[in-house]
Amino acid sequence: MSEKRSFLKELNKNRTLFLMIAPTLLFFIIFSYIPMIGVYYAFTNFDFEGGLFGSEFVGFKNFEFLYKSGILWNLTKNTVLYNLAFLIIGNIMQIISAIFLAQLASKWFKKTAQSLMFLPYFLSWVLVGAFVFNMFSDLGVVNTLLKQIGLQPYDFYLNAAPWKYIIVFFNVWKGIGYGTIIYLAAIMGISDELYEAAKIDGANIFQQIRSITLPLLKPTFILLILFSLGGILKGQFDLFYQIIGNNGLLYDATDIIDTYVFRSLTVNFDIGMGTAAGLYQSFFGFVLIMTVNYIIKKTREEYALF
Amino acid sequence: MHVQAEELPMVRKTNKGTKIKPDKATIAFNVIGYTLLTAISIVCLIPFWLIVAGSFTDEMEIIAEGFKLFPNTISFEAYKSVFATPEQIYRAYGVTIGVTVAGSVLGLLLTSMAGYVLSRKDFIYRNSLSFFIYFTTLFSGGLIPWYIMMTKYLGLKDSYWALILPPLVSAWNIILMRNFMKSIPDSVIESAKIDGAGDFLIYRKIILPLSTPGLATIGLFLALGYWNDWFNANVFITSDHKYPLQFLLYKILSSAAVLRTQTGAYLAANVVPPTETLKMAVAVVATGPIILLYPFVQKYFVKGLTIGAVKG
Repeated sequence: MSEKRSFLKELNKNRTLFLMIAPTLLFFIIFSYIPMIGVYYAFTNFDFEGGLFGSEFVGFKNFEFLYKSGILWNLTKNTVLYNLAFLIIGNIMQIISAIFLAQLASKWFKKTAQSLMFLPYFLSWVLVGAFVFNMFSDLGVVNTLLKQIGLQPYDFYLNAAPWKYIIVFFNVWKGIGYGTIIYLAAIMGISDELYEAAKIDGANIFQQIRSITLPLLKPTFILLILFSLGGILKGQFDLFYQIIGNNGLLYDATDIIDTYVFRSLTVNFDIGMGTAAGLYQSFFGFVLIMTVNYIIKKTREEYALF
Repeated sequence: MHVQAEELPMVRKTNKGTKIKPDKATIAFNVIGYTLLTAISIVCLIPFWLIVAGSFTDEMEIIAEGFKLFPNTISFEAYKSVFATPEQIYRAYGVTIGVTVAGSVLGLLLTSMAGYVLSRKDFIYRNSLSFFIYFTTLFSGGLIPWYIMMTKYLGLKDSYWALILPPLVSAWNIILMRNFMKSIPDSVIESAKIDGAGDFLIYRKIILPLSTPGLATIGLFLALGYWNDWFNANVFITSDHKYPLQFLLYKILSSAAVLRTQTGAYLAANVVPPTETLKMAVAVVATGPIILLYPFVQKYFVKGLTIGAVKG
């Protein structure tokens, strides 16, 4: 009772503040919290007439189907492997770029390179789709070049093999500038004195990087990787959809949870199944983040998320 | 992520004073560095060059030989065709600009108000409400319940609101804003309170002017998101006069919609209508503004990325 009264008192005292944050809270209630109730669809055989609680309750049947049909395994495998490739290749490229950017002498060169590398981040995924069309379609640049050197043109849209590399390439391509800036900022935080001392000891530039820059970047790198692990089941929907689209021939190698859920909604109209796949993704993502955060809290308190 | 929000010094001080000949390792390092970064920069530019080159190629050349790095002849046919009947493009431009401006302004207002409230140390619910907002990034109901909420319960199918609302506020932006505002000294707020200023007045007259860099950064991130958004149009928008620019481009690329051009005139003149090259031309037209603005706004984005630790 007394707690309630103190809340009301607080509400009255800070009405303006409450009013100012109210629209934002309302936004999250409507678009985030209420849809969380909607995960109930995952346990139903959804019918459009019945709505939320009018559909037939089927328990874990949808999950069972996803699991037994092998769909879930394939989606999980693809999502996780793609994300690992993105993370590892992306971060390595970003660290290398940042180290060179930090050490080269020409100011003009650095500014230009950084600007050009950051540019892809600003372009829409639809435009990336246009690049892919320009390069890999039957009339694309790659086939033009193949014909020029007297080879047979290659039909990309019938073969799943090359798309893995194309997808990873464009993901790394789009994110390289962003990540480089973050690592560059971390490198700039390293004290000059360390490098000076190493120089006096006769360490050349490669030795300096190996013994100073890399070890000091390690915490940033590990943290970025750890927190990305929380999102390992979340795919880059835009990337996959713009590059692959609805080409069923390529699904085996390129279907991720997000694209499957999207198709359940827009193509197959299988609401129950799609929600089940989405809930599986959310639930395990949540467990992963909690676990990672717990580990960080135990080892390096100051970096924990909450 | 523990980086101070400062201008990134682009250059580390090198010992210019001492005239020591660089050793072999440094020379090797420089050669590798300049080569590698030049290569990466070119790779970042090439796709762009391909689109521009493709848009200026003659349609016949494409059909005969395919897209190339360097077209044999320059042709303006695709652009002529786009601007012969530009209504659709202009219309999509209008939708995108309208949604971007409305969404960014409204989003910035909500984000800055929420950030301000959560940064006030005398607001006792700031931590619990911060977590309430932050939790939405940890767990979600997924795409389908959200879609059903938007369409069935809010009735936003084919409404401009379906383009404005989804990206409006994000937990990430609110936390970023809150951290910006936390750096404003409490004494400023205190003295204004003693002078009898209300909470909203303090926000409007003191906090907002002092948070301009933060507002610029978040505003630009919001605007970029709206400009490049095609997904919401893809799932919610059904009438083609409401297509935003990126979605129109997507439709044209996937050949689901053909730009309404005077194809008849081409057929009469026995000329091949530009279809492949037209796709490229629309891509150029849709991306132009981003490229033109990029040099001016880049530094704000860099600032935004290197803002200090984000804690829930």
